[in-house]
Formats: sequence, structure tokens, C-alpha cells
Amino acid sequence: MSFDYEGSTIETDENGYLITLEDWCEGVAGKLAEDEEIEMNDEHWEIINFLRDYYQEFQIAPAVKVLTKAIAKKNDIHKKEASVFLYNLFPNGPGLQACKIAGLPKPTGCV
Amino acid sequence: MEDLKGAGSSGDEKDTGDNKGKFLNPTPILDELVDGQWPSFIKGFKDLGERTEKPMIRGVLDQLEYSYKTKMGYWKGGLVTVKGYGAGIITRFSMIQDKFPEAKEFHTFRVQPAPGLHYSTKMLREVCDIWEKHGSGFINMHGQSGNLQLIGIEQDKTQECFDELNKAGWDLGGAGATVRTAASCVGPARCEQACFDNLKVHEKVLKNYAGMTHRPEFNYKLKFKFSACPNDCANAIMRADVALIGTWRDSIQIEQEYVKEWIDDNGEDALFDQVVNMCPTKAISHKIGTSTIEIDNKNCVRCMHCINVIPKALSPGKERGASLLMGGKNTLKVGVNLGSMMIPFMKLDTDEEVEEFIELMDEIIDWWDDNGLDHERVGETIERVGMKQFLEAVGIEANIDMIVRPRDNPYYKKQYDSAA
Repeated sequence: MSFDYEGSTIETDENGYLITLEDWCEGVAGKLAEDEEIEMNDEHWEIINFLRDYYQEFQIAPAVKVLTKAIAKKNDIHKKEASVFLYNLFPNGPGLQACKIAGLPKPTGCV
Repeated sequence: MEDLKGAGSSGDEKDTGDNKGKFLNPTPILDELVDGQWPSFIKGFKDLGERTEKPMIRGVLDQLEYSYKTKMGYWKGGLVTVKGYGAGIITRFSMIQDKFPEAKEFHTFRVQPAPGLHYSTKMLREVCDIWEKHGSGFINMHGQSGNLQLIGIEQDKTQECFDELNKAGWDLGGAGATVRTAASCVGPARCEQACFDNLKVHEKVLKNYAGMTHRPEFNYKLKFKFSACPNDCANAIMRADVALIGTWRDSIQIEQEYVKEWIDDNGEDALFDQVVNMCPTKAISHKIGTSTIEIDNKNCVRCMHCINVIPKALSPGKERGASLLMGGKNTLKVGVNLGSMMIPFMKLDTDEEVEEFIELMDEIIDWWDDNGLDHERVGETIERVGMKQFLEAVGIEANIDMIVRPRDNPYYKKQYDSAA
């Protein structure tokens, strides 16, 4: 699969995840978010940037547990609230949707 | 790879549907399972396939036949969810969907049953109808997970199916690193041995941890099971990280007139063979020629054997409650564990007492979430860091009754009379 963005063709896998991570830019993220029916705001971007930073450092997407704790710490809220917060931003699961919009590969494994 | 006659080839042929019994492809290897003396899932699968004529069922049978032929499994996982949920659907994509296009997707819905598996027939009829409308119609009651499992649906139909199920009062169960769907025995609803209302506790726990059931955020899974007496019909001690098992702390209640009745019916020999000598701690005594028994309750280990044999005469004591055991699990990082005794006795009658239990669980889960490694069950975390550290962290006081193996104390030295 692929889609066009500003004249260039961007390759994705069968589930819509970017094949080449360097293809990502904020515009591409916006397009990916549109496909997921998500209207991006600052809170969304915060998560996306966190995921990209994490990926750059560790070459792997963070486990949901790690993400939840990081958000809880950052926003000074409880883990339970952080989890609800994340699912409100990305209703189909932060692992699935946020990783897609951040241009990361599809998380593998059993949830 | 060998070509399998009939399998996978009819995907694009149009079946008219008036050919009863001709919808499915021949599956000679699977049919061997039907011929045996035990019931086979193949028969149910085939009956359903012929009745509903869903291509999905035909495809899955074809792929299974092929699997048996090649001795390989061809399902792979993935991520399929519904809105707001991170867990509850077990994903199954076919790895060889070009060969068996009809078996492309066959995902499983895990649906939470009511505590003690009490359903109304209306709810069951509804779930059957909804499932046959959106999914394959194939239902598994109940797997090891304790869920009502609806097997076989395509990704595109999951949301509409969930919405309809949810409207009818059902919710998805746990999967992955979540609080899993809990399980209970029938409890006080249908059993006189129940020592606490496990169904009520189950319901409160279920409601309290709904969020943690749907959104995976732990190291690994966490299972609650509730058995209302030490018979442990829910297999809690083996299969649950958190096992609540009913118990009593006074004496077994004896009604001697029914002991007499039992002896009159079965004979004194039977009493010795089936009750007195079967007591693991030799706590039951009976004088030959009398019609009563005595129980040394201090030495009773709550095995339930005598109560199960003479239920009319014997029943659990009057002061009833539950024991909390933690860490039961099957082989994972380390081998199989039974639950370890954490709290030998607690009352769980009032709402406040149940609340207190849930508060303790919150504390334990928090500790495990902070200290556990990835894919580590709570029992393994306790084993790794040490029981003492765990008890201190969650504020449980160590107690002589929390020993792993009662009556097996290496520090106890028996005094023997000398042979001379």
C-alpha cells in the first residue's frame, strides 16, 4: 500500500504503517491521523514526540506500561488516570494508533 | 507441498445452498476425530457449517485439515481492538490465506460471564443470536480463561458486533497484560459448603478493575479466582495469581445423629476406610461399637474430605471467612507454582471488609507494577525479591500460619524413645 504526500509516494505496509521511517514528517503524521479519524491537538503531539524520541533512543516502541508511567509522571497524574487519558486520545489503543501516527512500525506480539 | 484434494479450491465457486450436507469440503483426517468414542469439536463445527453455510467455517475446516496433514499450525496473532479497549479480542490471521482465502481471519471475542457462571436463558439466547449474525456462531463455554469465548469473526465486523453485545449487557474480558476475567465457583447460590459470598466479592472486584481489564498496562496478566470453600472448585490455588478460598476458624460442625445414620447405612468398616483413615492428619477418631466420631480440630487442615463424604453430618464451622493465597500459575519464567498463603483468615461479609480487601489488592498490584519485570507474574516477582521484602512493602505482617508446607518443618526434631 502507499499514499501520496506533496508529490512523493509514501510506502506503507498492509495495515498502513510506514515502511521507511525517514518518510515521516509532521504533515505525513497529519495525514496518518486523518485516516485514523483523530484530530491532532497538543496533547496528541506530546505523545507522538515522546514515542519518536523513545524510538530514536532504544530502536523499539515503548511497552504500553512504560508509556503510561511516563505520561503519568509528566502530567503528574495517577497511572490509572494516565491510562484513561491515553485511550481518550487514541481510542483504538495508544500502541496501535499512536505508533502508526508517529511513523513507528506496528507493535508485534500479543497486545 | 502436496496438493490437498478439495481443500481451499472451492473458495470462488458459488454454492447455491440447496445442496444440504454438501456445503463443506471433504476432510478425511478430521472425520477420524468424529469416529472415536468421545465427542468431537469437529462434529459441532461441521453441523454449524452445514446449517449456516458460512464460508469462514468451511475455510477454517479446510485449513485445519491441511494443518493436520502437514503437522503445522497456520494461525498468527496481531492486534484487533474495538474503540476504547486495548484488550478482549484474540487475533487470529491465517498465515496461508492465499491458499485458504475463506480462513483469512478468525478472531475470538472474550466475553465476561457473570460470577459463578449464572446466566439467564434470555441473555444466552441474545448472545447466540448476535454472534451468529456477526460472527461464525461458534461458542466455547468456558475455556481456562473463564470467559465465554465467541470464536470466529472478521476484523471489519468486530465493532458492530461489540456494540450490539454491549447493548445487551455484555462486556469483553481480559487479554494480554491486564486483570483477567475472574472465575468463581457456584458459591452460596447453589452450594451449602460456601464459607463466604464469593459471588459478591467477585462482582465488586470485577467492577473495580474494569479499566485494568480493558487496557493492558501491567508487566503481565493478573488473575483473580474465588472459591467459596476449600474444595476449591474454581481451581483458584493453582490457576490464579490472587486466590480467595473460603475457610473457617472454629470447629467442624458435627450432627452425631446423621453420623449414626451413615454408619447404619454403610457400616463401621466403611467409616474407617472412607473417613477415619482418609484424614491426612489423622484428626478423626471413632470408637468401635459407638455411633459417633470426634474431630481434633486443631489438627484439621481443611482438606474437606470427611465433609464431602458425610455432608449430611459434617459441615464447615460457624465462623467463616476466606484465605488469601497469591502466586499460583503455570510454567513461565520458573515452573508451576501453587499459591502461597498470604492472609490465613479474613472476614468478607460486609461491604467494608470487601473494600478493605480491594484496597490491599490495589497496594499489591501497585507494588508488582513498579517492581516486576516484563512478563513476570506476581508470584515470580515475590519469589525473585523475596517474601519478606514483599510482605514489608505491602504491609502484611508475617505470621506462623503462612508457612508453605505445613507439618514439614526441618527445624522440628522429634524425640524418639531409645531402643534400649
